[in-house]
Amino acid sequence: MTDRLRPRDAAEVADTIRWALAAKEPLEVIGGGTKRAIAGPGQTAYALEMADCAGIVSYEPEELVLTLAPGTPMAEIEATLAARGQMLAFEPPDYTALLGAEGVPTFGGAFATNFAGPRRIAVGAVRDHMLGVHAVSGRGEPFKAGGRVVKNVTGYDLARALAGSWGTLAVATELTVKVLPRAECQTTLMLEGLDAEAAAEAMSRAMGFSGDVSGAAHLPADIAPLVVAGATASITALRIEGFGPSVAARTAAAEALFAGLPQRRAETDESIAIWRAIADGAPFVGTDEAVWRCSVPPTAGPALAAAAPGGSRSYCDWAGGLVLIATPAVGDAGAAQLRANVEMCGGHAMLLRAPVDIRANVATFHPMATGVEALAKRLRTAFDPEGILNPKRMSREAA
Amino acid sequence: MPAANESVLARRAEIVAALRAIVPGEGTVDDETGMRAYETDGLTAYRQMPFVVVLPETVAQVAAVLKYCGQNGIRVVPRGAGTSLSGGALPLEDAVLVSMMRFNRILDIDFANRCATVQPGVTNLAITQAVAHRGFYYAPDPSSQIACSIGGNVAENSGGVHCLKYGLTTNNILGLEIVTIEGEVLRLGGKHLDSAGYDFLAFMVGSEGLLGIVTEVTVRILRAPETARACLLGFPVTEDAGRCVAAIIAAGIIPGGMEMMDRPAIHAAEDFVHAGYPLDVDALLIVELDGPQVEVDHLLERVEAIARDHGATHCRVSQNEAERATFWAGRKAAFPAVGRISPDYMCMDGTIPRRELPRVLKGMAELSEKHGLRVANVFHAGDGNLHPLILFDANAEGELERAEAFGADILKLCVAVGGCLTGEHGVGVEKRDLMPEMFTEDDLKQQQRVKCAFDPDHLLNPGKVFPTLHRCAELGKMHVHRGRLPFPDIPRF
Repeated sequence: MTDRLRPRDAAEVADTIRWALAAKEPLEVIGGGTKRAIAGPGQTAYALEMADCAGIVSYEPEELVLTLAPGTPMAEIEATLAARGQMLAFEPPDYTALLGAEGVPTFGGAFATNFAGPRRIAVGAVRDHMLGVHAVSGRGEPFKAGGRVVKNVTGYDLARALAGSWGTLAVATELTVKVLPRAECQTTLMLEGLDAEAAAEAMSRAMGFSGDVSGAAHLPADIAPLVVAGATASITALRIEGFGPSVAARTAAAEALFAGLPQRRAETDESIAIWRAIADGAPFVGTDEAVWRCSVPPTAGPALAAAAPGGSRSYCDWAGGLVLIATPAVGDAGAAQLRANVEMCGGHAMLLRAPVDIRANVATFHPMATGVEALAKRLRTAFDPEGILNPKRMSREAA
Repeated sequence: MPAANESVLARRAEIVAALRAIVPGEGTVDDETGMRAYETDGLTAYRQMPFVVVLPETVAQVAAVLKYCGQNGIRVVPRGAGTSLSGGALPLEDAVLVSMMRFNRILDIDFANRCATVQPGVTNLAITQAVAHRGFYYAPDPSSQIACSIGGNVAENSGGVHCLKYGLTTNNILGLEIVTIEGEVLRLGGKHLDSAGYDFLAFMVGSEGLLGIVTEVTVRILRAPETARACLLGFPVTEDAGRCVAAIIAAGIIPGGMEMMDRPAIHAAEDFVHAGYPLDVDALLIVELDGPQVEVDHLLERVEAIARDHGATHCRVSQNEAERATFWAGRKAAFPAVGRISPDYMCMDGTIPRRELPRVLKGMAELSEKHGLRVANVFHAGDGNLHPLILFDANAEGELERAEAFGADILKLCVAVGGCLTGEHGVGVEKRDLMPEMFTEDDLKQQQRVKCAFDPDHLLNPGKVFPTLHRCAELGKMHVHRGRLPFPDIPRF
């Protein structure tokens, strides 16, 4: 049983962490709690829950800058931005259903995990949009870094560096993020029936063409019908977004680039639904498989997927650079084989979803080189010398 | 700067011999003539002869040099092409200056994965030149791109005129190989997009040579836009130009580049290059749109309409590449143009929220009166990065000091309106003592704890970025204040 502490502002966050330090009670740090399952079973008596540190502090559409408290629900942010024709360009995935979780995803959760969706290949991840942060370190000390402007090299870039640190260095209390205009419309060009190798080649060509492709995914034949209604073969999907006349011209150019291949278009609404499903891992929702999230060089993605353990299902996003693999939830859920394959092409494999008994034997995060691991430990100590925040969350050992 | 370490100074002959054993021949430079080239960087007001200069050629040499220096408590100043405008590569009397300019090879170009792996001494422009034949380019384009090195770009998180749309260096780096002060070689990132744990690339990029020496860089390369067209917009009222910029962005248009010049800068540039700039306006905007032809044409019409709605009296759209180049010629020559009308100038580098531009320009005019020096402004209007050029004569008694005081006041003003001290030039030695304008002691201490994780003895580039150096042992101490439960003040569920 975990006691949940819900501070309402930065001062209370600092108080809570100082209390935890004095009481030697490590804290699990959570936002909406929708990604808790990734860390395995709860291991602390207390959770620091940021849901009440919520709300948009300021939003200036003409400056493309949004400042908010980390507990702000993603849906509130997206609605606020949409009302002014803008968006969080990194297209955060919502893994709530995939992980069988309850609650609502928050901005703090996106920041802590640095999980970005399909548009990552065009505009970058969460970290690429961070401008400033106020946080309380694991020492219980408030600090800030960055600011509220796009171009800023004043001091170390901690607003970016804390993204993806899973709440193990500091607890953010206010975040400033760059937002971008929402595209007027989008079209997805779907190439049908390509095998893994041909898909890798097609996605490389698409990304190297001047049509500004903002999503490139390959859905093998067993996955495609779960994402695209009526699909009967594999689909290699290429998204083109922007202003109306531009989308029309670029889509036509992309069609010409792949002339001779079976293809069809999905227009705006269908296109939006397809990419939502790709982002959120929809094909694997509700199954009892383990799910891996692998980041690799794009051309290596389709082959990595093809070489997954027997009985696996998989698909690629990020032009091949992100591979979601569902493996049978037995033994090590394919960890040894998958991670060895990833080592060969460069990158890493994260265990996103797995039953508790598998997590007990398989580390969530990919092993690091010795020297890098030592540096990570020193960095951790620099922010959180007692390991009071999320003590095991980024551990390379099994839960 | 930190006081020189006397025992290091006293051991110079021994240290030079040890370094020469690692980097033989001309790779170790200890004579005054040879070292003179390294006594300053792009911030020429500061000069200091190095202790000794080494120019390693291999990663093993870099590692051996750093290991030797680390073990012997010898300070190290890393240097790329030496174009820093903030004194980032300024030598120290007792520090080994490590020049990385022999690391000048392009190692791998991978078009299929859209990345290139290069050594840190390769110039920014050389990367684009190496991939241009296939229609690709490297996006960040600092104005020194013909000379500055990619290793220096990583150290400074360099920008350029296309940052709003294409990001800074940090948004375009996939992987690094670095050598720590212990001489350990670490590979961070690679050709994949997301990091596996902490974002070491974010820590390294923009760390101004204080955390490690970069020996290899993997950058993202992008398909070059199909076309680019610019329009030249003149505004009699500066506020209108600022509102026009806001309106363009509010319309969902992100220009590839959006530059503003004030009246003194317009006149200086026009006199110098005759770009056809209107002289009867207070503000000039160059808005460049890039991308597919049909999109650029479509959006230029919108930009033109927005500009006319916001009081633009001059509006010209480039009809061909030559005309586009002419529009840019004046802006690109703004610095030398100002150099023609003043014996010396000092280039500042604050960033402000765009909406504060009128207030900042007005404040700058008042400061100009106060300090009795002229100022011309060029402004990356898209991202809020302001480059005031302070005009002065270094040979006139007290003018350099007045110019520095004027510059400091401008940067304080930038911070006061919600901006920052430096948008792309770095803190270095130039803005080091202004850091407390923006950060509290606690903020800076936490930054220095990051430094301690990489370089616990403060041997890498000391005296840069931080106004006060704290010993790492001191920074690591923690006082646990109280054991009192914060409840019931904090809600618990």
